[in-house]
Amino acid sequence: MTLVDIERRPEIARVSETDRAKLKTIWETRPGLAGFLSSVDHKDVGIRYIVTAFVFLILGGVEALIMRVQLAKPEQSLLTPEQYNQLFSMHGMTMIFLYALPVLSGFSNYLWPLLLGARDMAFPRLNAFSYWIYVFAGIFMYAGFAIGAGPNDGWFNYVPYASRQYNPGMNMDFYALGMIFLGISTSVGAANFIVTLVRTRAPGMSLNRLPILIWGTLTASAANILVVPAVSLAFFLLWMDRQFGTHFFDVSQGGQPLLWQHLFWIFGHPWVYAVVLPAMGMVSDGLPAFCRRPLVGYTPVALSTVATMVLGFGVWVHHMFATGMPNLALSFFSGASIVIAVPSAVAVFAWLATIWNGRPVITTAFLFFASMIALFVIGGVSGFMTGSLPVDWQLTDTYFVVAHLHYVLIGINVFPVVGALYFWFPKFTGRMLDERLGRWNFWTMFLGFNIGFLPMHLTGLWGMPRRVYTYPEGMGWDWLNMISSVGSFLFAFGVLLLLINLAVSLRRGKVAGPNPWDAPTLEWAVPSPPPPYNFDVIPHVASRHPLWEDRLQESEARTSLTEGYLLDHGRETIGTTPLDGDIDLILKMPEDSYAPFMLSVAISAFFLALLLHWWWLAAAAGVATIGAIAIWLWPEHDLGQTADAGHD
Amino acid sequence: MTDQAVADIGLEQPRVPVGSIRRRGTGWWGVLTLILTEASLFVYLLFSYYYFAFQSSGGFLPDKPPSLELSVPNTVILLLSSVAVWWGDAGVRRGRQRQLVIGLAIALLLGIAFVTIQLFEWREQTFTLRSSQYGSLFYTITGFHMAHVIVGLLVLAVLLVWSALGYFSGRRSAPILIGGAYWHFVDVVWLAVFFTFYITPYLRG
Repeated sequence: MTLVDIERRPEIARVSETDRAKLKTIWETRPGLAGFLSSVDHKDVGIRYIVTAFVFLILGGVEALIMRVQLAKPEQSLLTPEQYNQLFSMHGMTMIFLYALPVLSGFSNYLWPLLLGARDMAFPRLNAFSYWIYVFAGIFMYAGFAIGAGPNDGWFNYVPYASRQYNPGMNMDFYALGMIFLGISTSVGAANFIVTLVRTRAPGMSLNRLPILIWGTLTASAANILVVPAVSLAFFLLWMDRQFGTHFFDVSQGGQPLLWQHLFWIFGHPWVYAVVLPAMGMVSDGLPAFCRRPLVGYTPVALSTVATMVLGFGVWVHHMFATGMPNLALSFFSGASIVIAVPSAVAVFAWLATIWNGRPVITTAFLFFASMIALFVIGGVSGFMTGSLPVDWQLTDTYFVVAHLHYVLIGINVFPVVGALYFWFPKFTGRMLDERLGRWNFWTMFLGFNIGFLPMHLTGLWGMPRRVYTYPEGMGWDWLNMISSVGSFLFAFGVLLLLINLAVSLRRGKVAGPNPWDAPTLEWAVPSPPPPYNFDVIPHVASRHPLWEDRLQESEARTSLTEGYLLDHGRETIGTTPLDGDIDLILKMPEDSYAPFMLSVAISAFFLALLLHWWWLAAAAGVATIGAIAIWLWPEHDLGQTADAGHD
Repeated sequence: MTDQAVADIGLEQPRVPVGSIRRRGTGWWGVLTLILTEASLFVYLLFSYYYFAFQSSGGFLPDKPPSLELSVPNTVILLLSSVAVWWGDAGVRRGRQRQLVIGLAIALLLGIAFVTIQLFEWREQTFTLRSSQYGSLFYTITGFHMAHVIVGLLVLAVLLVWSALGYFSGRRSAPILIGGAYWHFVDVVWLAVFFTFYITPYLRG
């Protein structure tokens, strides 16, 4: 048993090969299945998140393609109405809950400690736990779909159609419990990001030096902490109504169906920002690397990120304009929705100015980032239109809204994410993605997307309602739908090219080296892929662009990457003060652990038991959950969590 | 050697705590995020209650609203258990392990008393979970609170075991701070629930 000092001076070292070898032994995860199930390395967790999210993206994409075949021509009968209902509900649920946020969590999990100069996230085991819960919740909801009981009421699942009377199968029970289940993952993930930011930044990494991606994920996490309980509660109340005869939403008994809509959208609209703000952060950090200059307007962009979210809490009713609420309330929410254009425009003009004032190097990543600006503007303008009351009354529940939300979600999430893959794939794997295939990838996706979704604005304006499984001939929508279907397949082909590029480059890509783009931030200071301990020594940060200090000449101070705190008494990283990032303590980090996996299995069993009303299993799983948590949190001597005789 | 030795590159080399030290560890911040998200949950629960109350056109409240007879003493019991946790924590901060153990034991007993009395309180009501919106809200919201109290009691029980095993000292006692914060939160939330169900019926004009 090694003694853990209650205080010590962190050793300062210029790192040697022996130190590296020692750090590697300390931080390395075991190989094989044991390592797979017990790893808490943020890089492993990040990659798993990204891969899993892409699996869901492909599933959701296939669901969309089946629908586009059905809609390509009028009066098709490839799908029954019930099948169509489940497909569009699964598609929405998959893309919004199982792809859009998790993929960003994956990037952030991988990148945060590297960007902040830390050796891991604040709670490494919690990080592994949030991943396992995400996977198991996703499987839970897909299990329902596989046995023909997927959600069939759209991703926002309005009552009373979701009530038992109209929806007697298990569809809604799978969805309701699955969403509460998934909410656990989102909440603990968000908490981890917040505490990581507050406590584990490298010395000198003050708030005004944070990369914008950090601002984006931080803002999204803060929002998730506040709003995820709303949707979990809504689904819980629905489940109570369905299984225990309560009367929250049941109109015939005086229930309030609009309460569902309030609770859902109090969550739902901030969530929309949660799935785009980190992606906007990727663009803000990626563009400067290719424009060969710092981002124009760092401070306004950081503040507009936060402002978007603050305003975003007060706009949920714009999803409910057609519900007959008082006009005064509607006007307020309409105004708030339109005001959001201001911070969004700040970001757009900052990106444009960065390109305008830079010397852009046109790479595939740059194309994805830059095209996002165009798609964001289109999606933003159609959002501005639907934010206006009278226009929304005309457009609501038509294909115009479908066009709008896809411009926003694909434009501001998928395009930046693919750009981010091209940008950071070399860091993840040590190899470059192929640029030539990349151009094909970009142009097929960009053209396919616009051919698919631009005509939908018109389809909607000409009155085609969303969520219909087919439509009669002669409404004037035939050729528009055909174009959309062709575009969607082209877009899917572009995604296929991306997958091919990933598979081929993983083995045969050009070797990247630590900093292939000559980019300015800390993650490019370490080898590609980074060693398990990330940094040889904890960096001492002197500016916002640690790797560009010599050429920017903003001040005399230089970031120190080769000499700093070594911290090699077991797994350790530096804890700093929340605002200024001054050294405050040495954080002991946990070893790899099976506890997160076991706890996730116990919780999965609990939700399965609730679904099937197997109360004895629920009780057993509950006890296992409590036991696993107690073991997990049992104070450990080696982590400096217990009192030691002679040390206090 | 001074307390602020400085290395060649100008990096400070102060003596700093190692591991989990009260509010300076990551655990304290972790429990704050937990409390924030749990508090949000109760905001949405009470929002649902007031939404029903304002949207109904009369007849929302039951003929006999829940009485103050048991609930007022029970509220006092819960608040006293918070005081006991605080007292025990104050003890361990001065290195008095026995005070910590006694404080946690008292808090645990008071918490169990609260749960027991609350079960009687549930049986007293004239309405049920299924009888009306009010009944659904009453049992769901107080049920959510009850679940939190039970989790809190488990936390207190585990902390009591750890304290009895002598795991904690003045500085190495972050778990007490963290578990204690959760327990105080559960107690404060009760005040909001109590106000909503037991006091607001008397505030009607």
